Amino acid sequence: MTVILNQTFTGISIGAVLLLIALGLTLTFGQMGVINMAHGEFIMAGAYTTYVLQKSISSAGVSLLVALPLAFLVAGSLGALLEWLLIKRLYTRPLDTLLVTWGVSLMLQQLARDIFGAPNVQTHAPDLLTGNISVGGGITLANNRLFILGLALLCVLGLTLVLRMTPLGRRIRAVVQNRDLAEVSGIATERVDRTTFFIGSGLAGVAGVALTLVGPIGPTMGTNYIVDAFLVVVVGGIGQLKGSVITAFVLGVLQAVLEYSTTISVAKVVVLVAIVAFLQWRPQGLYTLRTRSLA
Amino acid sequence: MSGLSISRRGLLAGASALGASAALTACGAKTGSDTSSGTAAKADTSGSTVKVGLLNSLSGTMAISEVTVHNSLLLAIKEINASGGVLGKKLKAVSQDGASDWPTFAEKAETLITDDKVVATFGCWTSASRKAVKPVFERYKSLLFYPVQYEGLEESPYIFYIGATTNQQIVPALDYLKKQGLTRLYLVGSDYVFPRTANKIIKAYAKANGMTVVGEDYAPLGSTEFSTIVNKVKDSGADAVFNTLNGDSNVAFFKEYKSSGLTAKSMPVLSVSIAEEEVKSIGTQYLEDQLTAWNYYETTPGAANTKFVKAYQAEYGKDKPTSDPMEAAYISLYLWKEMVEKAGSFDVAKVKAASDGIELAAPEGKVTVDGASQHVYKTARIGKVGADGLIEEVWNSGKPIKPDPYLKSYSWASGLS
Repeated sequence: MTVILNQTFTGISIGAVLLLIALGLTLTFGQMGVINMAHGEFIMAGAYTTYVLQKSISSAGVSLLVALPLAFLVAGSLGALLEWLLIKRLYTRPLDTLLVTWGVSLMLQQLARDIFGAPNVQTHAPDLLTGNISVGGGITLANNRLFILGLALLCVLGLTLVLRMTPLGRRIRAVVQNRDLAEVSGIATERVDRTTFFIGSGLAGVAGVALTLVGPIGPTMGTNYIVDAFLVVVVGGIGQLKGSVITAFVLGVLQAVLEYSTTISVAKVVVLVAIVAFLQWRPQGLYTLRTRSLA
Repeated sequence: MSGLSISRRGLLAGASALGASAALTACGAKTGSDTSSGTAAKADTSGSTVKVGLLNSLSGTMAISEVTVHNSLLLAIKEINASGGVLGKKLKAVSQDGASDWPTFAEKAETLITDDKVVATFGCWTSASRKAVKPVFERYKSLLFYPVQYEGLEESPYIFYIGATTNQQIVPALDYLKKQGLTRLYLVGSDYVFPRTANKIIKAYAKANGMTVVGEDYAPLGSTEFSTIVNKVKDSGADAVFNTLNGDSNVAFFKEYKSSGLTAKSMPVLSVSIAEEEVKSIGTQYLEDQLTAWNYYETTPGAANTKFVKAYQAEYGKDKPTSDPMEAAYISLYLWKEMVEKAGSFDVAKVKAASDGIELAAPEGKVTVDGASQHVYKTARIGKVGADGLIEEVWNSGKPIKPDPYLKSYSWASGLS
């Protein structure tokens, strides 16, 4: 019984990581249909922000808290820059965007190598986040995983509030639903696109900060997460926040359950087969936008 | 459009496809392994410099470890050139990036031998990369010096194994664990040839020595999600974990280990791929008091080591640590130099014939080349990670151990190769 509960928590934590890395992509992929292969590198930028910050701030806890908004700004600015320089010129050409952003991801990886060196770097996690809580019956919840879960839910909440309550959110939703009509109604779609990209990439940066608690920080760390991020977004339904949330946790729990009874490789294979089967049955993903447009 | 223009387009497309596939097959055939009757590569020894090949991953998941090996090789070349070179000729380093991709290693090995015409190559790290380049070096009869500890059960007439084989690292580590009373082991490794083979050896040893293997788990190379494995380890009731993970996975594993509440005191982890450089990348917060098995540490006493560490830090930075594979790479160049000077020639057959018995007062202690197996006598050392990020020795094997890659001298290993 303890095993099942511990593994469920493991599944939820894997899901939380998936959610964090996919959240930004839900916006950029969903919003503009832009396949941003450099999303993993924005995660990396967030992680390196934590590393750099820790060199000046000695307290690990404070540096982590400061790193969260700072990484949002750093990664967001990188995203906005990418959008302004390259992506806005390639809106009608999704395959070209894929290639261009793939090239940008390679360049960013090499840039990281040149600035920080090829080997991984270490960050010091605050002591509070290196322990765990025992909820009795042999069930332990790792603090860093709880932090990531909390952060993921907070980000989802924040994003939902922005999208639902703010004028910016309304504009974003308008452009997602019908770009032409939004333009005709007087919305500056170019500016909205840039802001959406800023927010999406910023969320990747926040994910990067969270990932310093559980994984390596190096030039190629983004490549570990990019494929999973796209899987979550595609299965969840492109542009659908609640789809991504549900998919992330379902995939996480599925992975954890399978990993326990078989091996990690087999679990990955089964999860991928399940995703392929699901998409065969329902190619549009879990949730889709119901519009009256013919497109 | 008329039917004629469509068919011409089709013809052009077909012809270019045919040409492209022909070119690709030709390229593919070049790197196919044909180890039967290869002509020896003509290394270029005319002129006042000779080229030596350096083959390491300078990018990708293994770069974390291999870039420092590359640095050590360059340092040794610099020192050898400063003291007059080899047989009066200066060495020129030609570096190729294997990019943590094994087919790339094979391709770059061939480039070094055929295009750059190197007299010898130094490098590789993962057993997968070594196995990928082995047929290339055998086909062209060119030498590779391999500086990393590995799983044994291999011998090649064209590879010199400067790193430890299993009876110089894994077996002494198991002896140490047994002596400490840690007899229930959980095996965690990356999923490729070295951990799989090493774990076979560990299971055979355990059966013959009254130890139990309570679990065995593999994660794909580069995997960074270890919550399930650590949960399993925690539930297993093991005394210690024998860790053969490599690369980025180690970072994620130890972070997960610590946050699950396991400590070096309650369940120590003995790793064979964590050296001073990896300690720096993971953080002593997660590694303090954990065990490692190598033949050299930065803290190993001796004048040769003091000189090596000083030279490395002067060249690359005061905070840079030195590790076992770095030291093995460094001495591999000096060992090759001794062989060439004893043979009086760069010719591969003559160098091999001169190799047996070559001795060096290395930073790790005395090493001697065993010409028959083309391995090296090395002292085994178990170390513990300290709070300062350096590894302190807690036990050593006394004198250098004779290399036995096929474990022929161990009765319990008879079923293995």
